[in-house]
Amino acid sequence: MREIPAEKVIEAVADMCITANRYLPADVRARFEECAANENSPAAKEIFRQLKENYELAEKSGLPLCQDTGLAVFFVTVGEGVCVPGGLRAAIDQGVRKGYQEGFLRKSACDPFKRTNTGDNTPAIVHFDLVPGDTLKIAFMAKGGGSENMSRVTMLSPAQGWEGIRKFVIERVAEAGPNPCPPTIVGVGIGGTFELAPILAKKALMRELDDENPDPDLAAKEKELLDAINRLGIGPMGLGGRTTSLAVKIAKHPCHIASLPLAVNIQCHSARHKEVEL
Amino acid sequence: MAEYKLTTPLTDEVIEKLRAGDMVYLSGTIYTGRDAAHKRLMDMLDKGEPLPFPLQGAAIYYVGPTPPPPGRPIGSAGPTTSYRMDTYAPRLHALGLKASIGKGKRSEAVKQALKDHKAVYFGATGGAGALLSQRITAAKVVAFDDLGTEAIRELTVVDFPLLVINDCHGGDLYAKPDLKAAGIG
Repeated sequence: MREIPAEKVIEAVADMCITANRYLPADVRARFEECAANENSPAAKEIFRQLKENYELAEKSGLPLCQDTGLAVFFVTVGEGVCVPGGLRAAIDQGVRKGYQEGFLRKSACDPFKRTNTGDNTPAIVHFDLVPGDTLKIAFMAKGGGSENMSRVTMLSPAQGWEGIRKFVIERVAEAGPNPCPPTIVGVGIGGTFELAPILAKKALMRELDDENPDPDLAAKEKELLDAINRLGIGPMGLGGRTTSLAVKIAKHPCHIASLPLAVNIQCHSARHKEVEL
Repeated sequence: MAEYKLTTPLTDEVIEKLRAGDMVYLSGTIYTGRDAAHKRLMDMLDKGEPLPFPLQGAAIYYVGPTPPPPGRPIGSAGPTTSYRMDTYAPRLHALGLKASIGKGKRSEAVKQALKDHKAVYFGATGGAGALLSQRITAAKVVAFDDLGTEAIRELTVVDFPLLVINDCHGGDLYAKPDLKAAGIG
């Protein structure tokens, strides 16, 4: 058994919460640049200019990129030979508490009925994956409410197939319009069960923007969806333009012979995520 | 598309000039308020209590800022999605609210209220919270301190950059999605 001190997890999580909220990932910055160059409309170009100024300012001033510093979402890959004395789950929550407090981040977690704030952005949303070995990988995402609200899950009939999937995804992005802060990243989870499809969709959002889906069929489908979405003309912040989304990322999983679960998880342009291996 | 430098409080004359697509640099005092604060404002109105700030000519900014780091009046402070306040906005416009500031689409009822009461809906750039924070020079809580980020704050803003999304003449700036071009129309 490999023991990883809880303190090490707490520090790593707190650091990810703070840095992810201050520094926009390099792949997102690069994609902004490419997409801005491809825009004709002055309004679209102006939004890209502001977003660049914003990430430069956040980096310089230490202010968060966005006031919605999100619910803290984690994908944790735990080796079966790893032990965190005191508990891994508790250490992650403690790291969130510390990071959101010390980083002057907004605490957005509240009771669904009373709407009273939990005060420290916990409990974090944590998805565990148990694997052989003795390493611990923690991936963090600061997920904002605006884009999350525009996300949907549906249970299609198998007969609807790819055409049905395609239509649902494009219609969702069209209906969301300016609300989720476009240019967005669209995570699509296909298959599994009612609860697995949205987890697949969210996990797909953790991929690098310019990585190529290892499944050539899915890679082609990602491109097909992105091209169609960008023909909608919604544009940056809904002001019109060629860039409604920066990328589409698809993940699939075998499903029941009776089902075709589908989830669309929308990520705003402030795609804040980070990963650490302990 | 025109560019204006405006100062609060906003008057009918000024609102009537504005058209969807115009750029506005707003200075003066604005009030923050989002989901929880709006619900409380409605409760106060139901009970006939006076509101914690003057609505006449006012602008409400839909924002829940991050905590201010040392030496700054406010943290990151960009707009939240406005449709969640659609239930409340018409009633406030009827009582003199002249502008709301947010991002995203408004309901038909809100657009009608803008026409009926000569008011405007401004968009600020979503996700540009660090940038927008630079145009806020002072902030103080004026109501519902217990709501934390959702409390009502009085902000002093200087040349706060806004776009007119919905004007009082029925104009709407947002692009209509082209479903045909996307192959599903």
